[in-house]
Amino acid sequence: MNGERYASREFSPVLAGATARRVLTQLRHDPRTIAMMVAVPAVLMILLRYVVANAAVLNRVAPEYIGVFPFVIMFIVAAITTQRERARGTLERLMAMPLGKLDLLAGYGIAFGLMACVQVTLVLVISLTWLGVTVPGSAVPMAVVAVLDAVLGMACGLFASAFARTEFQAVQFMPAFVLPQALLCGLVVPRDHMTAVLRWLSDVLPLSYAVDAMQRITGSASWTSAASGDVAVILAFTVAALVGGALTLRRRTR
Amino acid sequence: MNSAEPGDRTGAVVSGQGLLVRRGGQLVLDDLTFDLAGGQVTGLLGPSGCGKTTLMRVLVGVQAVTAGTVTVLGLPAGHPRLRARVGYATQAPAVYTDLTLGENLRYFGTVLGLRGRLLAEAIAATVARLDLGGLDRRLVGTFSGGQLARVGLAVALLGRPDLLVLDEPTVGLDPVLRRDLWSLFHGLAADGTSLLVSSHVMDEAARCDNLLFMREGRFLAEAPPAEILRQTGAPDLESAFLALAVSAPPAPPAPPAPPVPQGVQR
Repeated sequence: MNGERYASREFSPVLAGATARRVLTQLRHDPRTIAMMVAVPAVLMILLRYVVANAAVLNRVAPEYIGVFPFVIMFIVAAITTQRERARGTLERLMAMPLGKLDLLAGYGIAFGLMACVQVTLVLVISLTWLGVTVPGSAVPMAVVAVLDAVLGMACGLFASAFARTEFQAVQFMPAFVLPQALLCGLVVPRDHMTAVLRWLSDVLPLSYAVDAMQRITGSASWTSAASGDVAVILAFTVAALVGGALTLRRRTR
Repeated sequence: MNSAEPGDRTGAVVSGQGLLVRRGGQLVLDDLTFDLAGGQVTGLLGPSGCGKTTLMRVLVGVQAVTAGTVTVLGLPAGHPRLRARVGYATQAPAVYTDLTLGENLRYFGTVLGLRGRLLAEAIAATVARLDLGGLDRRLVGTFSGGQLARVGLAVALLGRPDLLVLDEPTVGLDPVLRRDLWSLFHGLAADGTSLLVSSHVMDEAARCDNLLFMREGRFLAEAPPAEILRQTGAPDLESAFLALAVSAPPAPPAPPAPPVPQGVQR
């Protein structure tokens, strides 16, 4: 009688692809949003370069910021997009149609993942060339982790949007969910220097691992198992947020 | 439930037995038992807030049911196999305003399982049916109110559903468009589609083959317009609704209504 009586149809790559294309097409009709998604992290990096104005310090903090900016931007974009989908009734329409929840989430993941690749590529190219940031070894691990951070931000945004009744609330989640993480992730004060309580708090927040992973990658020329551990935690948080998102996408409301 | 027959009256595409929906502690649908005839336009009429939208959401499977059963096209309401066979249009158009008409129709068509030539044909037929030709490349956000309403309907019609559930599709539209839409609904019914169309505007009741009068989560009447007029002796359907609303008791027991043939409230 109630709830999800019928198991969802299995995953359909065609529908996930169609959904990703739809989301990207929506973005394409909104060039200003694309410009902001792609350009804002790069512009912030340029700003950081001149604020820091010290090559050694920049080399240390730049990678951390490269991990954080895409997370923040994807969080807000995903939270608003999903909230709109709920508020405008298209989510209800889709839930009455033969679309699986997984198709929808995967579609979002693919679309925003691709946007994250473009975003991260630009910020990395600018940082490593013009801004003179240097990394020991290849830049590829950094790019991979930055994209994973962006996807994590998207997954968290999707999940958070379920708790926003209005677009206005969704925007408020940015300071409410993201700023505390930004303060506790090691960007402002190294995590080892925090008091025990703050340290514990930072241990359970996903962004901390994004910053840790970046620190480890730039700390040594080769990939370390500690970096793998951080990446595993980032992936686990992403999956958990997506599962949470799927649970909050109810086909039937009470 | 009740003493009713098991809801499979010949030709019934939807039948409800003791349907009860409680939302946030409030009784929204109060023990509804009903049948919808196939190939007809059934009007669901009643004041705003009487439960019309909730009933429609139950039929399309997006509203959880507290008690009772609802069968749609032979399957329990909300069954995954129904999702491509039941078309649903909400009061708000529920389309992507930041996509063009063509992009909207292609996306929803793909979701409905249409591909390639079938998709192109379904889109062409729907666009023609709703007089949306030439708007393919325009952003839906730039459409007029009437065009927007038709896009919402177009998505509902796209998969050629066996049952169409339309929530106040004509409210707020100009008279010419309303007339065209009603003739479209009857055209679809003539082709074998069953339609449930809600409205809170009584002058639309006369355009339906069958009526469900609804008030405060219960049915006041379930019959064709002419029959309701005969039963109530009212000059028009609005007066009939008022007469039925006044004579309906506020609480459970069946109404001591005038001689009532089959089909009126239980």
